[in-house]
Amino acid sequence: MIKNSAAEMSAALATGATTSVALTQAHLDRISEVDGKVHAFLYVDTQGALEQAKKIDDARARGEKLGPLAGVPLALKDVLVQKDVPTTCGSKILEGWRPPYDSTVVANLKNAGVVILGKTNMDEFAMGSSTENSAYGPTHNPWDLTRIPGGSGGGSSAALAAFEAPLAIGTDTGGSIRQPAAVTGTVGVKPTYGGVSRYGLIAFSSSLDQAGPCARTVLDTALLHEVIAGHDPRDSTSINAPVPQVVAAAKSGDVKGMKIGVVKELNGDGYQAGVRQRFEESLELLAKAGAEIVEVSAPNFEYALAAYYLIAPSECSSNLARFDAMRYGLRVGDTDGASAESVMNMTREVGFGREVKRRILLGTYALSSGYYDAYYGSAQKVRTLITQDFNKAFEKCDVMVSPTCPTTAFKIGEKADDPLAMYLNDIATIPVNMAGIGGMSLPSGVAPEDGLPVGFQIMSPVMQDQRMYSVGAALEAALLSKWGAPLLSQAPALGGAA
Amino acid sequence: MSSLSRDDVANLARLARIEMTDQELENLTTEFAVILNAVARVQEVATTDVPATSHPLPLKNIFRSDVVIPSLTPEEALSGAPASEEQRFRVPQILGEEA
Repeated sequence: MIKNSAAEMSAALATGATTSVALTQAHLDRISEVDGKVHAFLYVDTQGALEQAKKIDDARARGEKLGPLAGVPLALKDVLVQKDVPTTCGSKILEGWRPPYDSTVVANLKNAGVVILGKTNMDEFAMGSSTENSAYGPTHNPWDLTRIPGGSGGGSSAALAAFEAPLAIGTDTGGSIRQPAAVTGTVGVKPTYGGVSRYGLIAFSSSLDQAGPCARTVLDTALLHEVIAGHDPRDSTSINAPVPQVVAAAKSGDVKGMKIGVVKELNGDGYQAGVRQRFEESLELLAKAGAEIVEVSAPNFEYALAAYYLIAPSECSSNLARFDAMRYGLRVGDTDGASAESVMNMTREVGFGREVKRRILLGTYALSSGYYDAYYGSAQKVRTLITQDFNKAFEKCDVMVSPTCPTTAFKIGEKADDPLAMYLNDIATIPVNMAGIGGMSLPSGVAPEDGLPVGFQIMSPVMQDQRMYSVGAALEAALLSKWGAPLLSQAPALGGAA
Repeated sequence: MSSLSRDDVANLARLARIEMTDQELENLTTEFAVILNAVARVQEVATTDVPATSHPLPLKNIFRSDVVIPSLTPEEALSGAPASEEQRFRVPQILGEEA
């Protein structure tokens, strides 16, 4: 049962073949069995999940009309606040904090009857590409437990790949939904910026952060997308327009006559051979399905990484000033006569990890008088150039595509001491965040040289998210008929009864 | 290409309100030399004729109607406070004794 898609689970609930309590318990059992090895979860809300499941079963028994995902379990990235459930953002500075309110994403999930199993591991404050920056220890990739599950949302992607949950929520600032999806053989979508409310999403880089759906199939991802998306008056950057029809697009999967633009600059040197091979095969399958493949150029993408590592740290240095040991979270050194400033200094030293401190200081520098124009100001101009590249390319095509990441999952510890090598993971995902457009990653196979999953990225213009679902569904269907079974059936068993 | 001295990094840490050990300051000084060299590439294309983008959406002055909705009780608002007193956040000393 736990290996089914969310859509199949939903159908089984609707016909009475199973109950939400049974489904939820099956996933809680799976978590007990395998999470000691995977460490996808920071907190499992056994009681809350079973209560919500019972509530949905009761409502169904009364004949109430329920949404498509009512009663289906989900794993929530620990960056989104959930009332009374410990929320740490992967940081010691928030250890033990129980938020007094729900984020809008959580409120939407609860209204849709989704069962939240618990909070998933992540790089501290979503800063990282491997989940190694979590203050609570790394998450392990279910395909190979010595490897990273991606980051920052490695807990969510690993939970999906380990069949601990059929649905998960991630957030994507520079690729934190798409890169984890790519390296775990799962699906992840960063919606158009403003498509999903940021209210109650603990801010890292406000102009880039976007929450989005993660799952094992394109249709499940679309179903979750429609549950969490929509205008929210509590987020002034939320787009006040109808949610793109992503479920309909995922169901049709029609790409006939669509123009698919291959980004010349996001391929070639620096991309692993098996990654390129799977990418080329996917393009052939899309062409067979009736799409027209064209080449597009985005010459300024090569500056995206540099601009990102100025903009994101700058915004984070400001956003993380709120962790001042006064109103919530950790407080250190509050001895008699200690000044507020010394308490702040000591708390932030103890509470923040290495990467977070590195980025706060980098941002403080990039924003400082005398260097502002050279660093932050220049990065903002690059952002304009990247957006212009996208606009020009989208005149020639309906969606743009590339490999999601240059390589498959690397070993835990391999890049931990080399921040620049770590940052290079995000080279193909960052441009999407800079322009605020939509991006999806779905599995395109395993690399022949290491047997690890490879991701295929689809990018769609602002509020045209349905396009990437059409293309994703078409490619998924073509690959499935080629493989005969979902890619995750090739992943090693983790033990347990599944 | 500017590079940062250990004292510069110590000053940034002070501005960011993070007490740092000597070892941390040394590591960051070395790392910043590499990182700043990489990110300075933005200057190659950031010419004066290119406008800056601070945000992906061209939104300005977003308002919502001023409707009273339920909000946190004082107990809820203080529930995560490291210390509180008489329905207030209790904070360490902000001003000097003679201020």
